[in-house]
Formats: sequence, C-alpha cells, structure tokens
Amino acid sequence: MNQTEAFKQRIDAALGNQQVRDNFRKAMDGLMDKRAEALQDPEELQYLRDQAAAVRAYALANLPELLEQLEQRLLANGIEVHWAQDGAEANRIIYGIIDQAGGSTVVKGKSMVSEESGLNDYLIERGIDVLESDLGEFIIQLANEPPSHIIAPAIHKNRHQVAELFQRFFPDEVFDADDIEDMTALARRILREKFARADVGISGVNFAVAETGTICLVENEGNGRLSTTAPDIHIAITGIEKVVARLEDIPPLVEILTRTATGQPITTYFNLISGARKADEKDGPKQVHLVLLDNGRGEIHGDADFIDTLRCIRCGTCINHCPVYVQMGGHAYGTVYPGPIGIVLEPQRQGIDRIGALTSACSLCGACGEVCPVEIPLPQLINQLRAEAVDAGRSRSRVHGKGSLRKPRESAAWKLWSLLYANPVLYRSFRFLATRLRALSPKNTGPWTRYRSAPRPAARSLADLARQDGFERD
Amino acid sequence: MTEARDAILRRLRANRPSARPLPPSYQPRYSPAPGERQARFTERMRAVQAEVIELGEEGWVNWANRELPRRKLKRVLVGDHAEGQAFAAMADPSLSVSAYSEQIDSWKSRLFHQVDVAITGTRGAIAETGSLLLWPDASEPRLMSLVPPVHIALLNRQQIYPTLAEVMAGQNWAQSMPTNALLISGPSKTADIEQTLAYGIHGPQQLIVLIIDQTSGLI
Repeated sequence: MNQTEAFKQRIDAALGNQQVRDNFRKAMDGLMDKRAEALQDPEELQYLRDQAAAVRAYALANLPELLEQLEQRLLANGIEVHWAQDGAEANRIIYGIIDQAGGSTVVKGKSMVSEESGLNDYLIERGIDVLESDLGEFIIQLANEPPSHIIAPAIHKNRHQVAELFQRFFPDEVFDADDIEDMTALARRILREKFARADVGISGVNFAVAETGTICLVENEGNGRLSTTAPDIHIAITGIEKVVARLEDIPPLVEILTRTATGQPITTYFNLISGARKADEKDGPKQVHLVLLDNGRGEIHGDADFIDTLRCIRCGTCINHCPVYVQMGGHAYGTVYPGPIGIVLEPQRQGIDRIGALTSACSLCGACGEVCPVEIPLPQLINQLRAEAVDAGRSRSRVHGKGSLRKPRESAAWKLWSLLYANPVLYRSFRFLATRLRALSPKNTGPWTRYRSAPRPAARSLADLARQDGFERD
Repeated sequence: MTEARDAILRRLRANRPSARPLPPSYQPRYSPAPGERQARFTERMRAVQAEVIELGEEGWVNWANRELPRRKLKRVLVGDHAEGQAFAAMADPSLSVSAYSEQIDSWKSRLFHQVDVAITGTRGAIAETGSLLLWPDASEPRLMSLVPPVHIALLNRQQIYPTLAEVMAGQNWAQSMPTNALLISGPSKTADIEQTLAYGIHGPQQLIVLIIDQTSGLI
C-alpha cells in the first residue's frame, strides 16, 4: 500500500471512533480557551512572540558555536556530553551509560525526542525496566500506545478508559473509577516506590543554555524533578536545536511556552540543572549526561527554506488550534509529531517519499501560523512542502523525496491549465467550448463528488455577459 | 563519539543560515508598585491551591509548634543549619524533628516513606507568576522541597521581586548558577486525564508559604 492509501486508512479509522473524537474536541476546546484567557492583551502577546522568535532565530543562526559553548560549559559543570547523529546512536549511548553503571531500572520524564529514537523499546529489549512517570505517559505505556499529543500524550482517553487500564494492570488496588483525583492518587502510590528505587532517571530538555551550561525543564507533576534528582544517574536527551545563547533568553521563552501551551502563568516547577552532585552536597545525581541528537536536524538547518522549522519549542499550540487535528486526533498522522508542526517536520525528517502525504491534512486555514509563539510560518511551510512533493519546480530546497508524489495525470492537467490561461486565443476557444458543451461535463468527479455536487460551467461566460451589457473589451 | 560530534558540527557549518542580530534585552510588561507585589504573589499562589500565611509578629517556630500537631504532620524534616537545630531544640514534644544531615544514599527509603513535612527557606519569590525561588544547597538539599507530602517554605516579605527576568539580572544568575535552581509555583499537579486538574501527583500534595519579616525571630 502506498503512503497516501495508508494515511487515508488511518484517517478513516480515526474518524470512525466517535469516543476518541469527542475526547479530542473537548480537550482542544479547553486548551484554546485557556490560552485565550492567559494572553488577552494582543500587544503583550505580539511582543512576547517577537522576542521568543528572535531568541530562537539567533540561536539557530549561531548553532554550531552555541553547541560548542554549551558542551564546554557543561563539561566545566561536571555534566558529560554525548553526540548522536541518529536515534540508533542515541539509544546505544544511553544503554551504554546504564549498562556501565550496572543499572537495571529507569524512571523517565516526558521526552518527545526519545520517542523519535524508540528508546523505551530499545532499553526494554535489553532487559532494562523502563517506566514512564508522567501521568499521561504512564497511561499510554500501560496501553502500549504512542502519544497522541506532544504535551498531553493520553488526551485521546477519557477517565473510564484510564480506569479500565488501571483495573487491568493493578487489580489489587482499590479506587473510584469515576474519580480523577482518586486515579491520580493511585498513580502516585505506584510510582513513588519506583522513584525511590530507580537506578537511572531519563528526561528530555526544554531549553539548554550555552552561556551557563544549564538544562531547563518545565513541568507540573514533579516527576521530572524526581527523575532528574532521585536516581544516582540522570541522562537528558535533546535535539541539537534546543540550545539558546544566554540565560536572559530564558524568561520570555518559558513565559510564552507555558501561557500558550496550557494557559498557565508558569508551570508548577521550573527546574534549572547546571551540574551533578558536588562533593559537599547530599543528594542529586552523581552523574549527569546530556545526549545531543541530530536525527535530521542538521539537514533542516542547512535548508534556507525550512530552517524556521527548528525554532519550535514543542508547546503544542499549533496542534491545539488545528481543525484537522481536532477531527482525526494524533494517531492518524502515524508519526511522532502530529498536527501542523508534524506535517512540516516529519516529511523533512523522514522524506516526502515516506510521509509526504501528511501535507494533505491541512485546510490552509492559517490558524497554526497565527498562534505559533515563535512565529514559524507553518501554513507557508506546509504549502511549500506540497509544492516540493509534486516538484512544482520553484524552490532550491533540498528536502528528501522531492517530487515523489508527482502524478502524471495531475501534472498534465495543470500544464494544460497554465497553457490555456497563458494564451488568449486558446483561452477564448476553451471558454466557448466549456459554455456550449456544458451538458457534457462529468457528473462524477471522484472524491470531489463524494460529498458535493459536480461543478458545471455556466451557460454563458462572464466575459460574454459583460460584453452584452456594453463592456467593450475582454 | 567525536566522529558524531565532528559530523554534526561539520553539517551545521556547511550551509550557514543568514546572520541574525542579538535579540534586545527582554523588558517584561509587568511592573507592579512595591506594595502590590505581595498581593499578586498571594493571589497567584492561592489560585493553584497553595496556602499562603502571613505570620506578622509571630515567628515561624511558634506557628509550627501550634499548627503541625493540629494538622497531624509529626515527622518534620528541617535543614542542616543553625535555624533547623534551633527548631529541633524548641519543637513541640509531639513532633519528631530531624535534620537533613546525611547523604541521601543511606536513608532514601526513609525520606520517601517516613517524613510528613519538610520546612525550607527560599531565596525569595516572583510576584508576576506566584513562584518561590529555591537554590537547594548542602544544608537544604534538593529532595527536601520535592519528596515529603507537605512542603512548608519560608518567604521573606522583602524578597518578593516583580519578574523572573529581573531576578536573574538583578542577582546576576548568569555568573553564579548553582547545581540546581528552582521555581516552585504551587503543589504538584496534573491535568493528564481529561484535562482535569488534580493536585498532589508526584511532588508535594500541599505547599504552605509562610511570609515572614526580615526582623522577625523564630518565636
């Protein structure tokens, strides 16, 4: 099956599940409302967006130097630095650290980058006990499903579906299956023991500060702090684009991140880690490692048409506001990152020939570009990827799989159209024929007429009618 | 290893994006009068179900001796410093007070299961977002404000600053980052089930902020 057919099947499956669609609708409406409430002053919002976009663009323009500075500062702070070109290399590095320390249990804080590399499966196959500790991630790990949203991974499940999972996996625990607080308390009990015993904690990274060698983590639950503080070893994994130049770049970024993502003035915890346990300190990890993962980012960075993709701070706001995402949910995309940012990022990461069909899951309404806190021109990038997919021949981009979705009939149709519209004689003949032979226009035009009636040319063209009313020229 | 490093850096340098100017310094819009800061801090904290108590004349030890037994918070963890020792000496007999004086490795399980409440100081607070500033150190280590189910934080009224940006610049954080710096803005919470807020997931279930004066004693 080709990727377009496979994508259509995933969409059909998603649209057929009314329960899941209701869950998404409710959650996305809630997230949009909270954001609107938290960012009521349009001038303040625009100032924050401009500032955040400038900070990220500056970092990308100086990325190699900042990564070197980050590495040097981290090493000076006692944090080990590892570089990985792809997910497989990152997995090997992380397993190597765990294995060398004789570790067997891992608690994990949320990390989308680790989803890119399939880290959990890799470690589990090698006998490591890996437990996701963010409540949403914990739920979907039980369900053996990937995240359906980058900041709310279990958003496709309602409380009853979560309760069923808990009953299945923890049959001895007593809890009220209708009470979210009770289920939260259950997760606390179960995970607390794991935090106390885990050998290794793994986390993602929200921002890495080159100036000070600092890893910044944003979270509400405390699982991120526990994963990075309680075990003897902390391994953080990040994409190479997450670095910023200066500590003073952090306040505007964290402010717009939390306000735009969930409408919170700030998350419960903002955790800035700049070292391992020092000799006189009594807790904290004895080793801290940072894995810098490229995994296609270097290619995107070198592509002037698409480098803005890398400004992304993974807030999920474009996803929350996407009218296509809200209908079909995160799993239909079949990729790590769903929604508008997924449509832009995944075909660049994996190649248009593998996943370019995602670009069709967009109505070009422009909402994502309007809300993006770092002003990524998402609608323009989606549109350009569509052009790249059929090799419309107007770009210097080097995105993989260019032209792989080009169809001979479609491309012939557009060639004919441009010929007709460029030549007045041909155009007038076409207009004459189309109006006079309108009875012959097809009633069935495939997917278009599945839910709509077929378009039919008018009996007389606008130009004819105008001339009839006394207008002289065509 | 260096192979990956070199390849990544080489790729990034092969096609340099166009230069960008250094962004101007961020100027937060929020600029309250000094008198408004405490009100804003308190409002934000209470909005996320933290308790904020202004102690006035009373010292925090007095408050703890009265309130902790009443709230059945008997096993109390304090910092390994003079103030913690002073509290241990003056504590109500129903309380069992211990200081964080050992490396965690020898008593991690006890910290997770046998402490009801920890009392820590703070480096101040941020009014705009209602956040406490903590720089855990040898005397008040990182897990104190994280593992016990209740966290009591002492906040000096004179140290409520308007915004994070001003604190970072004013205290020159860029030159002095500690192992771990923290902003804490309420008890731990999650909205991962149906986007419905539930408090007390992995971190403390309750956060109590005691606002004290620079001049006030312990009693």
